[in-house]
Amino acid sequence: MLLYISSMIVGVAALVSINSFGDNLRQAIDAQAETLLGADLSFEGRTPFSDVIEAVIDSLGGEQSRRTSFASMAYFPATGDVRLSTIRGHEPGFPYYGEIETDPPEAGRSYITGRNALVDGTLMHQFNVSVGDSVRIGTVMYRVAGRLIQTPRETAAVMLFSPRIYVPLAELDKSLLQRGSRAEYEVYFRFRDGRDADAIVDELKPLLRAHNVRTDTVKEEKEGWDRSLSNLYRFLSLVGFMALILGSLGVASSIHVYIRQRIQTVAILRCFGAKAWSTFHIYLFQAIGMGLVGVTIGSALGFGIQALIPIVLGDFLPVDVAFSVSWSAIWLGAGIGMGVTILFALLPLLSVKDVSPLIAFRSELETDTHRPRSLFWWLINGIIALGIILFAVIQAPQPVVGVFYALGLFVVFGVLWIVARSMIILLRRHTPRNFPYVWRQGIANLYRPNNQTLIMTLALGLGTFLIATMLLAQQSLLKQISLVTDGDRPNLVFFDIQPDQVDGISRTLAEYDMPLIDSVPIVSMRITALNGETIESMRADSTRRLTWAHSREYRSTYRHGLTDSEELIEGVIVEAVSTNHEGLIPITVESDVAETLDLAVGDSVEFNVQGIAVRTEISGIRTVDWQRMQANFFFVFPSGVLEEAPQFNVVLTRASSEKIAAEVQSSVVQHFPNVSSIDISLVMNVFDAIFRRIAFVIQFMALFSIIAGLLVLSAAVFISRFQRMEESVLLKTLGASRSQILRIMLVEYSTLGLLAASTGLVLAIGAGWGLANFVFEVDFVLPVQYLLYLVLAELTLTIVVGFVNSRGVYERQPLEVLRSEV
Amino acid sequence: MSSVLSVKNLTKTFPSGDRTITVLDNVSFDLSAGDTCAIVGPSGSGKTTLLGLSAGLDNPTSGSVMLCGYAIDSLSEDERAAVRSEHVGFIFQTFRLIPTLTALENVMVPAELRGRSHVGDEAREMLASVGLADRTHHYPAQLSGGEQQRVGIARAFINRPDILFADEPTGNLDADTGSSIEDLLFKLNATAGTALVIVTHNPSLARRANRILKLRRGAIELDELQQAASHVSQSA
Ligand SMILES: Nc1ncnc2c1ncn2[C@@H]1O[C@H](COP(=O)(O)OP(=O)(O)OP(=O)(O)O)[C@@H](O)[C@H]1O
Ligand SMILES: [Mg+2]
Repeated sequence: MLLYISSMIVGVAALVSINSFGDNLRQAIDAQAETLLGADLSFEGRTPFSDVIEAVIDSLGGEQSRRTSFASMAYFPATGDVRLSTIRGHEPGFPYYGEIETDPPEAGRSYITGRNALVDGTLMHQFNVSVGDSVRIGTVMYRVAGRLIQTPRETAAVMLFSPRIYVPLAELDKSLLQRGSRAEYEVYFRFRDGRDADAIVDELKPLLRAHNVRTDTVKEEKEGWDRSLSNLYRFLSLVGFMALILGSLGVASSIHVYIRQRIQTVAILRCFGAKAWSTFHIYLFQAIGMGLVGVTIGSALGFGIQALIPIVLGDFLPVDVAFSVSWSAIWLGAGIGMGVTILFALLPLLSVKDVSPLIAFRSELETDTHRPRSLFWWLINGIIALGIILFAVIQAPQPVVGVFYALGLFVVFGVLWIVARSMIILLRRHTPRNFPYVWRQGIANLYRPNNQTLIMTLALGLGTFLIATMLLAQQSLLKQISLVTDGDRPNLVFFDIQPDQVDGISRTLAEYDMPLIDSVPIVSMRITALNGETIESMRADSTRRLTWAHSREYRSTYRHGLTDSEELIEGVIVEAVSTNHEGLIPITVESDVAETLDLAVGDSVEFNVQGIAVRTEISGIRTVDWQRMQANFFFVFPSGVLEEAPQFNVVLTRASSEKIAAEVQSSVVQHFPNVSSIDISLVMNVFDAIFRRIAFVIQFMALFSIIAGLLVLSAAVFISRFQRMEESVLLKTLGASRSQILRIMLVEYSTLGLLAASTGLVLAIGAGWGLANFVFEVDFVLPVQYLLYLVLAELTLTIVVGFVNSRGVYERQPLEVLRSEV
Repeated sequence: MSSVLSVKNLTKTFPSGDRTITVLDNVSFDLSAGDTCAIVGPSGSGKTTLLGLSAGLDNPTSGSVMLCGYAIDSLSEDERAAVRSEHVGFIFQTFRLIPTLTALENVMVPAELRGRSHVGDEAREMLASVGLADRTHHYPAQLSGGEQQRVGIARAFINRPDILFADEPTGNLDADTGSSIEDLLFKLNATAGTALVIVTHNPSLARRANRILKLRRGAIELDELQQAASHVSQSA
């Protein structure tokens, strides 16, 4: 009996666990909101704060703590390893709320006095660094005081991209903060007098905006997290809901079979005068009873599973989620579970109501599925559809989106259903006649009366679909990245190189026999005016919408002509101008930015190049193939203008192995502490690691679906036990050996597994192709090997579950079974 | 003639609560090749049990069965299945066709279980000989009871068995259909020399066999040999 409802248990468990996790997460964020930011208010700029802003900061008062962050090479002298890291220089004070969690714990407070550093755990692990070792950043050597575990505003996932190193601001090598290198200047406030940070922000907004200073308050931070986490949570709950629907379909089909097996009994009862509705009630109450049991167990299970979710998601979360009972989640999960079960159970139960007493007189059950649908049948289906839409609307941020969720759900199920259905029919029609008998019999068994092949294919197929889609997307992206560094393409980049260091770097590269593939000068600048209209005046005009393209800092270069990843689509390129060029300077612009800024050939753009106004005119528009590993630029100047501007260089090279890449980086950082470098293959590893984690989360969810599918399989095999026993006994009587019967079962279960796997795969390949082409815009890769593993795994599972539930079927004595003729 | 079935002192008991009930009590009989034998007796007298034990579908409590030269009780499950496959045919009261296979495929099953291939034509001939040449691709659900039983007979004879066991083959059919099924059975007995063991409640069917075993409370009450004349068929 438990087996009938086990598929629903899984669904309820999924829903309850996800919902209560969501509740707990929200509570945790509420409770720890202040530690998200670590302060009441923060200002953040890309350049040191201007005098005006400094005055504002001064007038705000309260407690203040500054922090300056930038990317730089961390060099570990013990092993000679280097790695580009995010260096954060802190003043004492921050975080005002929460704590820098470290190992050893006291390091989080004590590192701030003296030349100490807190180093990200992955980095320490990668280079085998332990507390007490040294790390050099720029020209300053620090003692590693502790390992960073968790701090406000950072999650483990982010740290994977760029490992964090915390040092005291006072001990920072200030020479690393030259003009042009990317840095982030922050100041954190705490107001003990209970001032409203949000009100302050509202008041100062225009001024801060004008100085490119961004702000953050506890409320904004919390809202941001709420938004992104509720997206995550919604995605999870959708998956949970799918699991529940799958489970309910399982229940429905279990009940269907159960009822069909009892239709004789019902008919006999009816012969003796039982009323249509009363027999219906008996079974409805049974269904409700089963539902209650299922919901109770499911809730308990879900409650337990909830404890697992933080383990899976922990790296993506900003707070510790406590494990507590969320009754609302349990009631919601249980309620939805119960409702869905009853509705889905009603469908097959309806046939009980319509049972004709005449059936008692017929020896064989006739398949009478083609009766006209009663009004009631339509009503129940309508309620189910409405219920699904309602649920989706509740979960979605906006009703419209919810309707789309629901539609999406219907589409996924619909497509799955169509694919599964057509595969089943196809197989049925085209089982080759010359297959060995055991094969044909095994396949034919899938079509035995009351079979649940379709629903099993659906459930298992959905799981396969989720996992395979993830796999395909991942492989396509990884392939793309590896393509980027294939052949002679550069795979090692040095940047923040001062013009006078370029020669030294190329000499070092020559020592290691590495090619200098490209050396590009870079000048930072901001747009101050477009076609004579200043950005400031645009900002003041509330009818204009400013984009990132208006206010960002551009890194431009100057050179002759185009690179081979570029194409001129409009206008001309002026390769060089004389140094005393009068009038507007002809530049080219990348086509996407041109569109965002609404620029055409002939338009004028005024830049602020590190304090000096440079007036230009668009002479040409280029397209850029951004997927090429190359230094690409939005704005390209002709030679002869920017040569004297403050600039730094980027050097691209290719290392034949990761080891050589590490050695050359180490050597460069010792001679040129300000030069940063990045090994693309390392980036790929990081990307892979991140993807693995995301994939893990999705696979965790897909697991629910697979488990539901396997449970439906168990239930189906179990329910049809007697039928199977009769079949095998009949074959035995006709002279089949044990191995023949087992082989027939093997064929049956493996065909089922293959059906499900291929249903999922067909859809996944479609979805993966769509994702690759339209979302990621990369070439679609079909990782045949991985997919094969997946299919094999699924096959094995189906076969194992099938056989486990069929055990004993063979052992029965034929006579016993033959005697009990129906 | 040689013996195809030799049953000696067959006893079968079932535990029922704290006592045992004896379903078959020391039953013995012999059957020669080409013999036809009807087992009759009141309901619950042990007919089906005797048939099943004779065919090696279960183990007797005591006694022995020699089937086509094999001492059934000393064989393993698989060996017994092999003997059945080679020498024995079955017909059931409720037909027991495999619902997911067509008539033709159903007929082919025993032959294919034996590992014979290309039996399609043979199976078609079998179906034709039971008058179902035009029903080869119908599924059991699309056939009438009589037609299903005829498929059952074709299936039973595809391996040219030495002996055929039938448990109330006409019990689920009307009198006319039933007697045409009987005719078929006896015709195949005459042409292929297959020994028949038929459990039946139908006196006219029993009379057509050249031997009648009457069971009562698990023991043979009467073992009646009739004159061979009775198996002349009235219609072809
Ligand atoms: N597995 C069993 N456990 C207990 N009793 C059994 C078992 N199998 C058969 N019996 C008993 O053995 C007796 C004979 O059964 P059997 O099926 O052989 O009778 P039958 O002569 O074929 O009857 P019918 O004409 O009704 O088919 C019955 O009383 C039955 O209850
Ligand atoms: Mg009987």
